[in-house]
Amino acid sequence: MSALVFAEHENGALRPATLNAVAAAAQMSDQVVLLVAGKDCGAAAEAAAKVAGVSKVVKVDSAEYEHTLAENLAPLIAELAKDHSHVVAAATTVGKNIMPRAAALLDVAQVSDIIEVVDAETFVRPIYAGNALATVKSSDAIKVVTVRGTNFEPVAAEGGSASIEDAGAAGDAGLSSFVGQSLSKSDRPELTSARIVISGGRGMQNGENFKMLEEVADKLNAAVGASRAAVDAGFVPNEYQVGQTGKVVAPDLYIAVGISGAIQHLAGMKDSKVIVAINKDEEAPIFQVADYGLVADLFKAVPELSQALD
Amino acid sequence: MKVLVPVKRVIDYNVKVRVKADQTGVELANVKMSMNPFDEIAVEEAIRMKEAGKAAEVVAVSVGPAQAQETIRTALAMGADRGIHVLHDGEVEPLAVAKMLKALVEKEQPGIVILGKQAIDDDCNQTGQMLSALLGWSQATFASKVEIGDGELTVTREVDGGLETVKVKTPAIVTTDLRLNEPRYASLPNIMKAKKKPIDQSTPAELGVDPAPRLATLKVTEPPKRQGGVKVADVAELVSKLKNEAKVI
Repeated sequence: MSALVFAEHENGALRPATLNAVAAAAQMSDQVVLLVAGKDCGAAAEAAAKVAGVSKVVKVDSAEYEHTLAENLAPLIAELAKDHSHVVAAATTVGKNIMPRAAALLDVAQVSDIIEVVDAETFVRPIYAGNALATVKSSDAIKVVTVRGTNFEPVAAEGGSASIEDAGAAGDAGLSSFVGQSLSKSDRPELTSARIVISGGRGMQNGENFKMLEEVADKLNAAVGASRAAVDAGFVPNEYQVGQTGKVVAPDLYIAVGISGAIQHLAGMKDSKVIVAINKDEEAPIFQVADYGLVADLFKAVPELSQALD
Repeated sequence: MKVLVPVKRVIDYNVKVRVKADQTGVELANVKMSMNPFDEIAVEEAIRMKEAGKAAEVVAVSVGPAQAQETIRTALAMGADRGIHVLHDGEVEPLAVAKMLKALVEKEQPGIVILGKQAIDDDCNQTGQMLSALLGWSQATFASKVEIGDGELTVTREVDGGLETVKVKTPAIVTTDLRLNEPRYASLPNIMKAKKKPIDQSTPAELGVDPAPRLATLKVTEPPKRQGGVKVADVAELVSKLKNEAKVI
């Protein structure tokens, strides 16, 4: 049987997380089929057909899929799922919104946010903010799975030559409509795929001070993140949040500045290859996971770091 | 309009979770339990709807063991009007919970069901979406702002890139994100009053739902421990280590 992967795309290109989801799906099944649903999504389907390891692209081009509304996409996914053994999506806010709805329509359980494929029916997923790992086996005929991208190396975006097949739309459920969005614009890399991340916590004191981190980020081509405390205090917008309920990152280098290291924050970054902590409190729990700890006043250390990178 | 708020009893978010030596799960004996933090936000939002005159009644529901009554009492002390306790010992998965909630929704006929976006024990993030699917309702997940209109809700959602606004027809499912509101603390008089508020009893069988899990948990293990590293004296040493030892910059 085959694995159907829900592709996320924008402006004719696939979102990076889709490539991680394909990598996971390839471990569940020999055949990976990518579903590209959208309005005028021909270019995205072309891009999907080039992804390494994809055997077929199913394109559903219809207005009701222009915005990723779960009420419209879940019935489509549930209908197409009947030809597959697995339905897979990245555990992004889009995947998290749509997939449980599709699973319930199929009357199957969903396995959320997996970090490892043991075999076609068995998966490892973090529970309790990553403080425990559960190995679970699904007895459902169709396995619905969302994938934590940072635990699967993305497949190559080029090199494949899959066929593209058009499929019929499932119609507009008429339950919901898209009004608008306000997305942060940044020239820096995306938080979940950046090679280096520098994050600030409550110790930053205000949003203005995040400029210091941005300066370092620009020199390292890094993304800027934050702890929940910093987001709750209104220093930076919610999409900066790294942690159990925010984004999970696993960059080569994670620099935590003025972050104490609550369990919920560690859940979002402890798989980083190298962790640096800068904090004036030498008892801060963040130092227990940091490869390199610097006990210092961040308002002195961060400008020094910036200077040292010139 | 009635608002239904499902609440879950979970290990308190401040407790350091310990995996059992026999790998069957995590240690729950003598561990502090509390209401799932996202569900507290859901209860708060429902109460605010009532206080604003948009909701007539707030009903808190919990599926779980006898002690889940305490979690319902917490919701009642915050300001919910009455509770429904579906007694069930042992594991229960989001799909089964969604089916039980569907049966209760059909009985209670709420205009909105507000749930936490995920429980901090299994971190599934599924129940609201599944309930919405089973009911054929609209869903507004990860909400950071909810405005009640005529036959519809305008909801601001927290998405990966920032914020998104959708309009959904009522009846609707809403799931809460962290920044929807700051839940209140129950006052002592309200805690006393909550003791007199009614809690109806039910069971999965009465609701016509088989609670048997679809997923078998083969084992629960501790994640690999990360070793703390070294302290560096200053920024110069840090940069030198990152360049020469870790080779990441």
